[in-house]
Amino acid sequence: MSAQAEPWQKAEIAGPKKALVISKPEVVAAMVKKAKRPILVVGHLATENYSDDAKMIDYAIRISKIAGIPVVATAHVTSEFVKRDFKPTAHMTAMDIGDRLADPEWKGLDGAGPYDLALFMGLPYYMEFTILAGLKHFSINLKTISLDRFYNPHATWSFPNLSVKDWKESFEIMLNKLGGN
Amino acid sequence: MSKKGIHAKIGELKTDIGVIKNLELSIGKIVDETWAEPMGPTPFPEITSLREWDLKLLKRYKPFYLPFCDVCCLCTFGKCDLSGDKRGACGLNMAAQQSRIVLLACCIGAATHTGHARHLLEHLIEKFGRRCPIDVGGMSVEVEAPVTRLVTGVRPKTLGDLEDVVSYCEMVVTHLLAATHTGQEGSNVDFESKVLHAGMVDQVGMEVADMVQISAYGFPKADPEAPLTEIGWGVADTSKPVILVIGHNVPSAVGIIDYLTSKGMYNAVEVVGICCTAIDMTRYSPSMTKIVGPISWQLRFIRSGLPDLIVVDEQCIRADTVVEAQKIKAPVIASSPKNCLGLENRTESSAKETISDLVEGKVPGVLILDPEKVGEVAVETVMAVAPKRKKFSVIPEVDEIIKAAKECTQCNECMRACPNNLPIPEAMKAAAKGDLKPFAEILENCVGCARCDSACPNDFPLHSFAIRAGQKNLAEEKFKIRVGRGAIQDVEIREVGGPIVLGEIPGVVALVGCANYPRSGKEVAEIAEEFAKRRYIVVATGCAAMSMAMVKDEEGKTLYEKYPGGFEAGGIVNVGSCVSNPHIAGAAIKIASIFAKRKLRANYEEIADYVLNRVGAVGVAWGAMSQKAASIASGFWRLGVPVIVGPHGSKYRRMLLGRKDKEEDWYVYDARTGDKVFVGPAPEHLFTAAETKEEAMVLIAKFCMRPNDTTKGRAIKLTHYIDLHKRLYGVLPDDVHLFVRNNADIPITMKDEVLKVLEEKGWKEMRIPDPTLLPRLIREKKGE
Repeated sequence: MSAQAEPWQKAEIAGPKKALVISKPEVVAAMVKKAKRPILVVGHLATENYSDDAKMIDYAIRISKIAGIPVVATAHVTSEFVKRDFKPTAHMTAMDIGDRLADPEWKGLDGAGPYDLALFMGLPYYMEFTILAGLKHFSINLKTISLDRFYNPHATWSFPNLSVKDWKESFEIMLNKLGGN
Repeated sequence: MSKKGIHAKIGELKTDIGVIKNLELSIGKIVDETWAEPMGPTPFPEITSLREWDLKLLKRYKPFYLPFCDVCCLCTFGKCDLSGDKRGACGLNMAAQQSRIVLLACCIGAATHTGHARHLLEHLIEKFGRRCPIDVGGMSVEVEAPVTRLVTGVRPKTLGDLEDVVSYCEMVVTHLLAATHTGQEGSNVDFESKVLHAGMVDQVGMEVADMVQISAYGFPKADPEAPLTEIGWGVADTSKPVILVIGHNVPSAVGIIDYLTSKGMYNAVEVVGICCTAIDMTRYSPSMTKIVGPISWQLRFIRSGLPDLIVVDEQCIRADTVVEAQKIKAPVIASSPKNCLGLENRTESSAKETISDLVEGKVPGVLILDPEKVGEVAVETVMAVAPKRKKFSVIPEVDEIIKAAKECTQCNECMRACPNNLPIPEAMKAAAKGDLKPFAEILENCVGCARCDSACPNDFPLHSFAIRAGQKNLAEEKFKIRVGRGAIQDVEIREVGGPIVLGEIPGVVALVGCANYPRSGKEVAEIAEEFAKRRYIVVATGCAAMSMAMVKDEEGKTLYEKYPGGFEAGGIVNVGSCVSNPHIAGAAIKIASIFAKRKLRANYEEIADYVLNRVGAVGVAWGAMSQKAASIASGFWRLGVPVIVGPHGSKYRRMLLGRKDKEEDWYVYDARTGDKVFVGPAPEHLFTAAETKEEAMVLIAKFCMRPNDTTKGRAIKLTHYIDLHKRLYGVLPDDVHLFVRNNADIPITMKDEVLKVLEEKGWKEMRIPDPTLLPRLIREKKGE
């Protein structure tokens, strides 16, 4: 696995506070397990083929089911979840979920309290970049993880720039760890 | 003007020599007051005059900031790390810094349009005189300048009347820009208020620019039947010498057309254009000019070697135009003091000498700040240059591309530089095997920035590879677009005002802005047709108006050939270039003024309150790129019109978002009783970025709902919202209970499924008020 701590889109430089690189997927599993209130945000690119046998949306469903994480579907990705017999907890725009997560008084989709960990996947790189920046600066108690295969520096933690093969392997390890004890 | 000091108004004064009526005096000028409508509360508003209105909007639509980076680097204290809750050396925090950046962008945009207006006004006064009448629609348009009347209280009759209006815009932009200096404004909310002020003034500047060019140049005057003209990469007759004009400010293009006409050279030269100058020159002479395409078409057209001479004016022009033109041996004429491109100023030189230097290639180009001289030099030069150039192109041959592709190291630098992350390395892999199809597909989704070229460590001209691959498709690009018609007629407003305000025409969708699309520009046409078919009124300007034209149906017809050009249900209405955007704002204002008889003159707050609560209009800038697009959007926000941008619009660093989960944010006054009434999130946001065209379509339908909708109107709007949501998302919307006020609002064909949702959500019937956010408009206060 190649770990490059530089933004995928090279000009999108964050500043002094950059995402920590996830070099071991087990760490993500541990963070998800440790989180009291995690949430997963899935954008429309999750439906694009990564390879013949892998779509991010299928991994998103597996994470949600294994770890019991609520899913927010953005844009029209909801319909793809529905086709897979999976009902996301909510659907709203990426900006709407970003805005709510940045609000320390938001009680969450279930009204039970604020989230402490938000995982993102499948948004356009630059859009995720800007939303993660908003959360980094204005949502002090929330940690964020970018699960895309590109290093996104405004997250708290991000995968490095990965090949499809390495990304899939990382996800399998992470899912395996989430399913275990 | 908002001048302090002496200001006196005399209703009637009897003296020994006669009777003086309606005499208004202010410092330095005498206002001839023949306008029966009394002056409203905010003529020539200062930068805080409408702050209370802004605070009302910002209380409901709060900023969500999206910083590009953690630092501020605007002064020598910095760089300052503003991450988290840190403050910079000047004391500014991240929220204020982001709103400051938004204000800077809007000041740039407003200054650009105001500068454009100033240039046009001075040029046209010089040419046609100060007394040249303002005429944007003859007898069909009585309210000739709705934005100017609303903001300044001036009803212009001649070009000369607009000088004070432009001076006001210049003064305001200067003050607003000053507010961004270190140690000035410190509150993000006040920065945001100033953003809205910049946008409002920007609308005035644009309106002046378009009014004067329509009036003096004789552009179509509010004409729904404005002629169709040609658009597309393939429309140029390249057997002739070709002049390409690029930019936004039309006098140089007019100079070219006038020179050709004066010499009887009607068919001798092909005059084609890119961006808004192209739109505006077809408004001047649809028979002698053609449109190549939006701003992203610059490199593909130049590198193909088709232009024999390039004339640039101002705004959105590539900074490397001279470099690119030199590659194809085409001379450049710069014609705006704002965009000199390092070229020698030949304004005072003899035309003969300048033409000779250009033809012989002694200079790569020249600067000429005289539109008439540009016309002469451009035409005479192109006639001599074209035979020598022989359409010299720098697009590589297929074998050169294959050779380069075989040398490609798949380093991914091109893809990582591409704004749309296009799979260029994959296209190179295919090209190495002789398959250029993936490159042709890349061109479909390409914004034409050529960052891939700059990033390639092997210096491969990757954008040119895509142009070669897509050349066949480009040559087939031949479409029809309706020439920009300008203003909306008063009679059109009278006909649709009621149905819009009552909700029976479900909305007005304005497709505007640049061509920084996340995918193909064809998405804009898809959005336009979806809503035209649904009997919304679709209006368009600028690059979006062009992109909408660049799709044909199975019968070979474009949207402009299929749908009427009137401001009516199901119309597709090209109002013109970027500076024509105020015709859209103006239509909303005129609905309040002409249909609802609200006082217009210097009465901004009341009209904006009317528009926000009653006029179901929404702006969509799917490819918004520029600072001008930012200021145009902010002008719509203050007027109560929500704006949706494409995903690249998230880089504007701030959204204005409502929270439908906060019930307390969605109360208005019932102007009849003074009661506070819950009206639901209508419209839900003032500014947001949509991730996909599907999401944009659902949001458009949702954002057209307004508190004032009748039950019939709300049922129609809900039908479209629910239908689009189900079709594109596969499920019912989860917020439908917030928009149903009583049983009559529920679309009949969807009754069962909607009732089920209402039951689940514990819905209760709501009242339909006479909505306003302004307590002063309450007619009967409680307890009185």
